[in-house]
Amino acid sequence: MSNPSNLKYTKSHEWVEFTGETTVKVGLTDFARQSLGDLVFVNLPAKGDELTVGESLGDVESVKAVSDVYAPCSGTVTAVNEELLDAPEMFNESPYGAWFVEMSNITDQEELLSSNEYEAFCKEEE
Amino acid sequence: MEQKTPLYDCHVVCGGKIVPFAGYLLPVQYSGVIEEHMAVRQKAGLFDVSHMGEVIISGPDALLNINRLFTNDFTNMTDGRVRYSPMCNEEGGIVDDLIVYRMSALKYFVVVNASNREKDVNWMKSHLVGDVRLEDISDSVAQIALQGPKSKDILLKLAAAESIPPKYYTFFDNCDVAGVKCLVSQTGYTGEHGYELYCSPDDAVPLWNALLDAGTATNAAGKEGLIPCGLGARDTLRLEAGMPLYGHEMADDITPLETGLNFAIKMNKEDFIGKKAIEDRGEPKFARVGLMATGRGIMREHNDVYIGDEKIGETTSGTHCPYLKGAYAMAIVHKENSAVGTQVEVDVRGRKVPAEIVTLPFYKRG
Repeated sequence: MSNPSNLKYTKSHEWVEFTGETTVKVGLTDFARQSLGDLVFVNLPAKGDELTVGESLGDVESVKAVSDVYAPCSGTVTAVNEELLDAPEMFNESPYGAWFVEMSNITDQEELLSSNEYEAFCKEEE
Repeated sequence: MEQKTPLYDCHVVCGGKIVPFAGYLLPVQYSGVIEEHMAVRQKAGLFDVSHMGEVIISGPDALLNINRLFTNDFTNMTDGRVRYSPMCNEEGGIVDDLIVYRMSALKYFVVVNASNREKDVNWMKSHLVGDVRLEDISDSVAQIALQGPKSKDILLKLAAAESIPPKYYTFFDNCDVAGVKCLVSQTGYTGEHGYELYCSPDDAVPLWNALLDAGTATNAAGKEGLIPCGLGARDTLRLEAGMPLYGHEMADDITPLETGLNFAIKMNKEDFIGKKAIEDRGEPKFARVGLMATGRGIMREHNDVYIGDEKIGETTSGTHCPYLKGAYAMAIVHKENSAVGTQVEVDVRGRKVPAEIVTLPFYKRG
């Protein structure tokens, strides 16, 4: 699966979609999907929570392990994907269709990579 | 530097994700833990378990030593039988759990955990008495496990019906399976009907391939649906079946009585290493229980278990169980809080997950 070019990426394998100047949608990439395997559980923050760039906003669980999901920027959570909470396998079916949180009032971003830069980064990781 | 088992190349060919485990390179999964787990519950799965340790205890005093070293009673065993037992230290704690195959009155084949092999061999060797010999043959034995409801049908394609052990915890030696000479036992670590096959390392690859071909070929009845399964599914299967694992439900500071292995410890035996210490401890103050999460969250190992503000114990293993589709864990808790039906909370990374004590095993084959 190639990484959509309209998205930005983090080195911790989150994808970021800028839905506006200061609003984003966040999810996990296909690389994350391959290394995590089948997801059986997702822990998300609550609407209204303040997130700080680089800190954990929640975690995902495969059968064997738990992995943190990191906030790519600071801001306020405006929505969480309830469907994903009930059906974590949605992520394995479509990593770029299964968003985790929506945020607004974005400040402080991580170093965000373009799809090409992210692809190069992933090749090095392997 | 990790070792490869004789089947390493087969795992690579099958797309196994290789990880280090107990000093070996083994597949944690191939197609996915959930798919592999479900295959074993519904059809069949094939496991490389060559990393396990095997020793032969032989001689006129073999039985004497077996009964001294292990807590179970092996006196009334007949040839072709298998028996499970913990092995204790002088304090009554568990050194390892293992299974014993009686080849003859003078020869026993013992299978131990891969991670404890060196420790076990050293322990046993230093506690032998009389006319007995112990030989570590681990490096000359390969082992494959075939588990699941379809396992017998698959084996029947490769071996004569008379060479397939008919009862749980029995075995036949010198069987011909697809032209490979092996010991076949009706044993396993999944909670399903199944077999463990022991052969020489040189025969492992042909045996693995023959089993895989027989299990995936289409015949009049359709495909048997055998797939290779890794360590991940091995763990979820044994946990779902309530089977203990050394280093989790057992350790050198837990006695067999404290971890619910009463069936495998015979206190009326004249003596065994650890007997006095266990007697001196009196009634066990702890018990192993099964927990089922009743709220959102997956309990893992080393999670504290609470009733209100009081910590009553700790989980020893835990995961999402694919067949039962829920979060289950085993825990060792204070005896007085161990009744089935007790409502508890488990601290999962700072969040209290509600759970209930349920009977073990969580899953039992139909």
